[in-house]
Amino acid sequence: MTLALEIGWGTTLAIKTLIVLMIIPLGALILGYTFLLKMMSHMQSRLGPMDPGGFHGWFQLVGDGIKFLQKEDIMPDEADRRVFALAPAIVVISTFLIFLVIPTGPRLVVQHLDVGVFYALAVSSLSVVGVLMAGWASANKFALIGALRAAAQLIAYELPLLLAVVGVVIQAGTMNLNGIVIAQANGSIFGMDFFGNPFILTQIVGFVLFLIAAQAELTQTPFDMPVAESELVAGYMVEYTGFRFLFFFIGEFGTAFAFAALAATLYLGGYAIPGVNGGLADLLGPIVLFVKLMAVAFFMFWVRFTYPRLREDQLQAIAWKYLIPIGLLNIIATAIIKVAVP
Amino acid sequence: MTQYYREYLAVAVLIGAGIAMVAGMLGLGRLVRPTRPQPQKYVTYESGSDPVGGWGQSNVRYYVYALLFVMFDVEAVFIFPWAVRVEQLGVQSLVSMIVFIVILTLGLVYAWRKGVLRWA
Repeated sequence: MTLALEIGWGTTLAIKTLIVLMIIPLGALILGYTFLLKMMSHMQSRLGPMDPGGFHGWFQLVGDGIKFLQKEDIMPDEADRRVFALAPAIVVISTFLIFLVIPTGPRLVVQHLDVGVFYALAVSSLSVVGVLMAGWASANKFALIGALRAAAQLIAYELPLLLAVVGVVIQAGTMNLNGIVIAQANGSIFGMDFFGNPFILTQIVGFVLFLIAAQAELTQTPFDMPVAESELVAGYMVEYTGFRFLFFFIGEFGTAFAFAALAATLYLGGYAIPGVNGGLADLLGPIVLFVKLMAVAFFMFWVRFTYPRLREDQLQAIAWKYLIPIGLLNIIATAIIKVAVP
Repeated sequence: MTQYYREYLAVAVLIGAGIAMVAGMLGLGRLVRPTRPQPQKYVTYESGSDPVGGWGQSNVRYYVYALLFVMFDVEAVFIFPWAVRVEQLGVQSLVSMIVFIVILTLGLVYAWRKGVLRWA
């Protein structure tokens, strides 16, 4: 708190905002580099991304960046120009807003909101609007089909995501993400409290639901019909080039980064280390969160590189016939246990 | 009150920063990238062949899902505040919420029986 008092509220917010501005492209780059380029190359024996620059193809991402920088900006004649230009910005900004509430230490957060998780899920779903705008404004059949698929998928998997999180909220008794971390650090399971109670132990059903739904929200591979390159070229992104395409890329991987951080915060105990408090916790918090986040992200991308694509109707059936009823049962069970065993 | 508005002022600041970054990157791109307009470049892309027709017709088979979604999304708005306070509110709130969820599930079961969730 002393730090905030010394340099004032506005300056603190400005510094934090700048850090978030840097974290998102950085997070997208880290995930894109480690998982999309390197892990995928190893798992699927892809030789291309392992070649440029020598050691494990470290130059690949730099080369990609330079390529995006010098691409011509092409907007089709048929396109609805204003909507076409606005769509990628909405997708990126919706990713930005998630990072407002993710705590990386007891005081290291842009802003504690009392409705933390709810806010994070709400702003993450704004990207649907951007996706629909992109697909519609492109005036391209593939883009429109891709956008409609994306919209149907994003709203269907929004619900399991919400329902999974409700279980955590019931257990923690708060929607504030910092409060949820503290509840896990101070919790005990079967009387043992030396490492708190990471909610993955009691909310394992919710954790699995959350991961499946997050995978669909990110349109990652078992659920990647909206961008299926073998059927729809690249779905709603067909007509985008250069920086505007890069925004969709940053949006996708930035959101993956954010969802991995959310999963780590909600279920794996977040930034907290047992027995460490005060300034040291602020110092180590980001590192701890980053390690947990990468573990979750590794799992998500592992699934992405391993499973084949589902059919559109299978996707909807999984959401409506399995995940949502399971999510509702999970809420009821958690609430009964919470009331019966205080 | 000021604290409350400050919290959400941070949201506004972040939106502003996001817009600034997008505008900055697009501005940078405008400086760096080449521009060599040719009419062929601005034709709708359909994997290389000439585009056929204007808009394509697409059968949105899952529009009913959107209605179901509204139902459950509103439900989530009611569940969240309850979830925060369930321990203090006790058994009565628990029973009412279970009844509420069961009634909503009946809606889903009805839609399911009607064949809405089937690929038609």
